[in-house]
Amino acid sequence: MNMTGAELIMRLLERQGITTIAGIPGGANLPMYDAFHTSSIQHILVRHEQAAGFMAQGMARTTGLPAVCFATSGPGATNILTAIADAKLDSVPVICITGQVPTGLIGSDAFQEIDTYGLTVPITKHNYLVRTVEELLTVIPDAFRIAMSGRPGPVVIDVPKDVQSARIEFDAYPEPGAPDAPPRFSHDDIFRAAGLINASEKPVIYAGAGIIGSNAAPALHALAEKASIPVACTLLGLGSMPDSHPLYLGMLGMHGSRGTNMIMEECDLVIALGVRFDDRATGKAAEFCPKAHIIHIDIDRSELGKIKLPMLGIEADVRLAIEALLPEVGADKRSDWTARTTELREAHPMAMPGADDLLTPYGIIRQTAAMLDDDAIISTDVGQHQMWTAQAYPFTYPRQWLTSGGLGTMGFGLPTAIGAAVAFPERTSVCFSGDGSILMNIQELATAVEINANVKIVLLNNGHLGLVRQQQELFYGARYMASRFEARPDFATIARGFGMAACDLANEANPAEALAAALRQPGPCFINVPIAEEDCVFPMVPPGAANHTMIGGETHATA
Amino acid sequence: MQQRDPHEEMNPNEADHDEATCEGGCCSKGAAYDPPAPKAPAGTVVPTVVLRLSVRNHPGVMSHVCGMFARRAFNLEGILVLPVMDGTTSTMLLLVHDDRRLDQLERQLSKLEDVLEIHREATGHRAFAAVAEFIG
Ligand SMILES: Cc1ncc(C[n+]2csc(CCOP(=O)(O)OP(=O)(O)O)c2C)c(N)n1
Repeated sequence: MNMTGAELIMRLLERQGITTIAGIPGGANLPMYDAFHTSSIQHILVRHEQAAGFMAQGMARTTGLPAVCFATSGPGATNILTAIADAKLDSVPVICITGQVPTGLIGSDAFQEIDTYGLTVPITKHNYLVRTVEELLTVIPDAFRIAMSGRPGPVVIDVPKDVQSARIEFDAYPEPGAPDAPPRFSHDDIFRAAGLINASEKPVIYAGAGIIGSNAAPALHALAEKASIPVACTLLGLGSMPDSHPLYLGMLGMHGSRGTNMIMEECDLVIALGVRFDDRATGKAAEFCPKAHIIHIDIDRSELGKIKLPMLGIEADVRLAIEALLPEVGADKRSDWTARTTELREAHPMAMPGADDLLTPYGIIRQTAAMLDDDAIISTDVGQHQMWTAQAYPFTYPRQWLTSGGLGTMGFGLPTAIGAAVAFPERTSVCFSGDGSILMNIQELATAVEINANVKIVLLNNGHLGLVRQQQELFYGARYMASRFEARPDFATIARGFGMAACDLANEANPAEALAAALRQPGPCFINVPIAEEDCVFPMVPPGAANHTMIGGETHATA
Repeated sequence: MQQRDPHEEMNPNEADHDEATCEGGCCSKGAAYDPPAPKAPAGTVVPTVVLRLSVRNHPGVMSHVCGMFARRAFNLEGILVLPVMDGTTSTMLLLVHDDRRLDQLERQLSKLEDVLEIHREATGHRAFAAVAEFIG
């Protein structure tokens, strides 16, 4: 076979099953763009490279498979870094292929030359600077293998322009990259874990993104049900158990319900599955679950003991470990513990003041949920609206919930929702956003219109950087600084200016009907929802404090 | 697998996170996720250990290894690197603190794609002593 490096890249991506790539062309990746002409892969032109990275995340987070984005050298590469860093912190398999100046010019401060390799070392799982066209035969499959193996993560491949244009002659395509076998774990450890669980009177499962990454939700339900163990989820673990499940405790941690954090305080065993003891979940780590022993199962060995030393740490694919555990764990009703957890949950439930009023945070989220099918894909930006959605949206399935957890990136929501809509055109992709965050990638309204993505943006508009305002109110003596917007754009008009259908619930005689109609109509739609500026997300554990020091969120709090 | 005596005090080794990453900035020190071990008082000698790494030999491997130390605030006292045999791999000797974070350090190093093998090297200090004659 004889082809250019750019054509080879396309063939290898096709062989990996890639059907769509988001990106922006520029001088240093033009050979790759030319190769789209002879490829089955569809290209989606975004309006800022960061959005290409997030669109790839939208595809990867919903399908569980690696997704690809393209950027040119220099500013293209620097623009996409945030989305790559976001993928690293949330373990999302994204493959970013950047153009680079020709090999001979590297190191000469050539036009649009930047050290993409150096910049991406700390924010990728692995990265490459491809020096010869032959290397592509190993680098591309390897990149996919690495992105998918063990704990997933992003890989950047920087390809100089001359490598893209160089011709290569070779006999056979390499095998597509496939994930490495998961780590082997010992049955003795499983037996010990089962012993600890069987001996525990008050166990709790603390479930995270690893459950979703390893497709362990059915196994998790079986374990919880067999041994009557309640399950609390991290922000990224939401969807691992349906909201309606009797053993489901909702989210724990900084904005978890009071009852859930109290149950964590009382438990005598924490079964930590696919989690990393993030400070947003644990609060002050030294005081997390003070009465409990810990069993920690994770595919990343470096997480075992990184924050809390477990009594038993098992390096394993969580699904395989739970499946091995199931026959060893005794069926148990745990009536006393079940009664106690029920009592705590009933006394301290997740309070959702205003849920009946559409123009409140909980109201708009709950009523939007009620109007959607239960397979709708929900993404958010970052701020109060994100936490309200995490608390209030009744998730049913894994991979239904897309949010920036580790990096907490404003601007994540819209492009990620578009990526999800591309991956699942028959489902509705809804992005709950804030009036601060939406402006960070608002240009992607053009992309959504251009490809007629089935994306609905529900904007919780409080005229503020709400979560910043909240922290200034609670922890800085209400000395507000740089958290209020004096200029408040008319978002419905802006959306219409992009050619998108829009409605503003402030101006609707029947807002519920207008919302339902907006969600029902196919294609993209922007829904502006005015909410009060003073609403706070409660309960809240002050940053750095222990989870038992929750502020607000009592059920009898004023609505 | 790590098994602990259940009666042992729960978290003698855990990093303490009083001021764990705080977006609001109310924690003045803005502590890192994995805070470094407390500095030994002046005059005390911190015990060191030498790690022997086999790594892929290419121009980026040093940034991966050294960057990891900087990023995670691990101590790196010295580093020796030479290519081996046909030049496809290199051997690195790393002189590091033998403290409570050593285990975490080794686990993070072993996650680097270009790091093929790691062991603790009993006689490694001799190599550093010999080099010290040239650059001391
Ligand atoms: C890129 C980026 N910059 C700054 C922040 C810090 N930050 C966290 S939440 C927030 C306010 C978000 O405001 P908005 O999108 O309007 O959402 P709200 O909190 O009002 O719901 C800010 C500035 C961030 N998370 N990401």
